[in-house]
Amino acid sequence: MAATQEEIVAGLADIVNEIAGIPVEDVQLDKSFTDDLDVDSLSMVEVVVAAEERFDVKIPDEDVKNLKTVGDATEYILKHQA
Amino acid sequence: MSPTNRTVVVTGIGATTPLGGDAASTWEGLVAGRSGVKPLEQDWAAEQAVRIAAPVAVEPTEVLPRPQARKLDRSAQFALVAAQEAWADAGFTGKAGEDSSIDPDRLGAVIASGIGGVTTLLDQYDVLKEKGVRRVSPHTVPMLMPNGPSANVGLAVNARAGVHTPVSACASGAEAIGYAIEMIRTGRADVVIAGGTEAAIHPLPIAAFGNMMAMSKNNDDPQGASRPYDVARDGFVLGEGAGVVVLESAEHAARRGARVYAEAVGQGVSADSHDIVQPEPEGRGIAHALQNLLERTDLDPAEIMHVNAHATSTPAGDVAELKALRKVFGDEADHFAVSATKSMTGHLLGGAGGVESVATVLALYHRVAPPTINVDNLDPEAEANADIVRGEARKLPVEGRIAALNDSFGFGGHNVVLAFRTV
Repeated sequence: MAATQEEIVAGLADIVNEIAGIPVEDVQLDKSFTDDLDVDSLSMVEVVVAAEERFDVKIPDEDVKNLKTVGDATEYILKHQA
Repeated sequence: MSPTNRTVVVTGIGATTPLGGDAASTWEGLVAGRSGVKPLEQDWAAEQAVRIAAPVAVEPTEVLPRPQARKLDRSAQFALVAAQEAWADAGFTGKAGEDSSIDPDRLGAVIASGIGGVTTLLDQYDVLKEKGVRRVSPHTVPMLMPNGPSANVGLAVNARAGVHTPVSACASGAEAIGYAIEMIRTGRADVVIAGGTEAAIHPLPIAAFGNMMAMSKNNDDPQGASRPYDVARDGFVLGEGAGVVVLESAEHAARRGARVYAEAVGQGVSADSHDIVQPEPEGRGIAHALQNLLERTDLDPAEIMHVNAHATSTPAGDVAELKALRKVFGDEADHFAVSATKSMTGHLLGGAGGVESVATVLALYHRVAPPTINVDNLDPEAEANADIVRGEARKLPVEGRIAALNDSFGFGGHNVVLAFRTV
């Protein structure tokens, strides 16, 4: 069953917490991965791979650069999840 | 004084070793004659011929924030823990630049490793095989590269005069400190943070060293397995950890009122050109390094009161080193209190020169030579050539200037001898 927006944000919050140590409550739709959440370019790849696995979605490398905020990633996953 | 012969001093020390999570607890363990060797409890150890090692006493993940630790190979974690301690110990209150007493352009970092990020390399290969290409960590390359520890330490302190990584197997840590001394002496930097690190307690290196018959198989007596100079020695015990020193020009240290532990007199270097792994049995290459040290520095052999020997607990190597000391120094070697601290820490490979430099500097600072433990039956060839500090720590002369050597030799025939003295 497809994940809801709320479930996706919660999932991304877990992933960002694991990778960057940011408290889950700080991971909000308007937050930028690099500017607000301490996710550098290499760690962003980790976030993407973890999200692909968790939400059963493929995020090609060329799309990753468009995922600036948690909102961008959530919208992408909502649209592309299997 | 011209920039080519500036005096270099040690103003900070840090370590994380099988004896303790910092330099003070490591030193306490060394003086007390405590062994850091333990049975390997991991599942993979059951099928190994060697089932003992000397793991660090404090896991680096207890010290470093998790998001930082997970992007670092274990060898870089050790280096960073030891470097942070050494940096603070030297009295710096922040990175170079943040602390205005140190100019980033005049700060270098030289951290060596013998093997580099071997656990990352092997673990990520397992990920590749088991989970596929996509799951290989994007951090793999900066984690496995041998210059990773040096680069991460350089970033942590904002070193911009140069960041380097000499590699010479078990001489790597000493070579790093020798390189750092010369960076300061030749005027390239005023301060250099330097040392060695290693994290190779993993089934592949243990199987490989075991199959070379380089390691002790005394699995039934872990704490007695590393026994340099004892007739029953049968190879080294693998240790892990890091040792780091802050080296500084004497003028720079004086200008900021830094505490000085010791002078770093200089290094002697040579290569055996004898065999890829076997030491030259008469210690000719080592003697050459010792002569090189005497030619390049104003070290007075009459002042040498202590040697932190390379002595890994192998049948051939331990005695070859002592023969070389006797050959070069003659009767002066009678007053060398020789300590093999690997009897307690195990052999930290590329980390050894770093940790043993910390031990040598502290031996001078406290004027105490740590013991060599497990010497139940002293090898007559060792006894004939040197005064081994056995069983208990020994006080060094309390009066006058005294000097000490730290020897490190590596597979490949690399010989590095460092000299320190009291100030």
